[in-house]
Amino acid sequence: MADIAIATGFIVILIGLYGALTNRNILRMIVAFAVANTGVNLVLVGIGHMAGRTAPILDSAVPAANAAKRIIDPVPQALVLTAIVIGVGVTALMLAYAYRLYETKRTLDISKHTELKW
Amino acid sequence: MIRRFTVLVLLAGLGVVFFSLWNGYTPDSELNYTASYYANQTAKDVGAANIVTAIIVTYRGLDTLGEVTVLFLTAAIVGLVLHRDKRSEEETLRALSPSGELLMTGTRLLVPLILLLGIYVFVNGHLTPGGGFQGGAILASGVLMLLLSDPLRLMSSRLIAIVESTSGLIFVGLGILGVVLAGGFLDNRILPTGTLGAMFSAGAIPIIYSVVGLKVGAEFSSMLVNLSKTENL
Amino acid sequence: MSDLMIGMSLLLSGAMIVAAIMATRGKRSLGISILAAGLVGLLASVQFLLLDAPDVAMTEAAIGSGLTTFLFFFMLRRLQGGEHD
Repeated sequence: MADIAIATGFIVILIGLYGALTNRNILRMIVAFAVANTGVNLVLVGIGHMAGRTAPILDSAVPAANAAKRIIDPVPQALVLTAIVIGVGVTALMLAYAYRLYETKRTLDISKHTELKW
Repeated sequence: MIRRFTVLVLLAGLGVVFFSLWNGYTPDSELNYTASYYANQTAKDVGAANIVTAIIVTYRGLDTLGEVTVLFLTAAIVGLVLHRDKRSEEETLRALSPSGELLMTGTRLLVPLILLLGIYVFVNGHLTPGGGFQGGAILASGVLMLLLSDPLRLMSSRLIAIVESTSGLIFVGLGILGVVLAGGFLDNRILPTGTLGAMFSAGAIPIIYSVVGLKVGAEFSSMLVNLSKTENL
Repeated sequence: MSDLMIGMSLLLSGAMIVAAIMATRGKRSLGISILAAGLVGLLASVQFLLLDAPDVAMTEAAIGSGLTTFLFFFMLRRLQGGEHD
């Protein structure tokens, strides 16, 4: 099952990168970045999964004594929690800048914003 | 045409790298050293039933401090980029029409329940799946519902800023208390650890995570309030 | 039981790839693309649950799918003129 999740995550990353590189509208590029972000998180969580074990929460089903034999790796989950929150923060920043760009030039086509070109 | 071909060649190269990574991957059969340390020592040292919470708040608490800082930066930059002067803000608000009866009554019924759910999720973060970030997002969605249903009401940005700053100060203060009274920064043994699975267990983790949840909720809310004060272009 | 999990995982993966393709192709309207991106997040949340990660599933459903879709639709309304560039 981890193999399926990792393969799906890689394919979603490639689709998101293709969308970010070929679209012209700035909003479509931001949507593609968000999709690629989800793919990266999927790959990270897929790596921590081990067959036959369960979630890293100690309760009556998984007592604390033999926890090391019954739970999966908890570190990738902690990393992905942080990554999801920061991903939405970066998306909000990108959208705020897209709003400002539209306010100055009234177009969202990225080939018309050429002030930074040589 | 050339550009699209170049993009496809680039993505094909990346796809080859990904495919070789996927082929050579075999999952572990035993936990590695770090994970087995966390699995064995969490019940004794930290006393939290949710191991992911224990990692985020105590074992890797500095990463959480960094993440909260990044979120604060994001909210501040969104407020700076979308800054408007006061007069145009009042003109924008006057142009909106009030919402319908169904939306306002539904909001009055639902918003207290949503806020209660958010507070429940981050107070119980050390026992069940949940915690500060999820609870903060639920709080922000409650504020969002208030913003959508009653756009004429001026959401007080000062209250949100006060909540956010106070939560950040309490978070850092609890961390420094950990240095003074117990083992290190954000050590949760400044309060007694208690029995595993009880409500008042795991030392200071409920308090720390509640403060983190309030701060994250306040930051998302301030981002949403700043976005809603812009005008249609 | 394990076959059921693998079957569900394959179904979710297929639906996720279809939704990702719908979100990035340029022929559809922008609203459909944003909804497809939200659908990718929601299907990823269920996939996280099948991978034994309940904390991450809750966070992705609330923040990655809910808040991000709302932010996109909000900006789409504010930038009405630039949608068909």
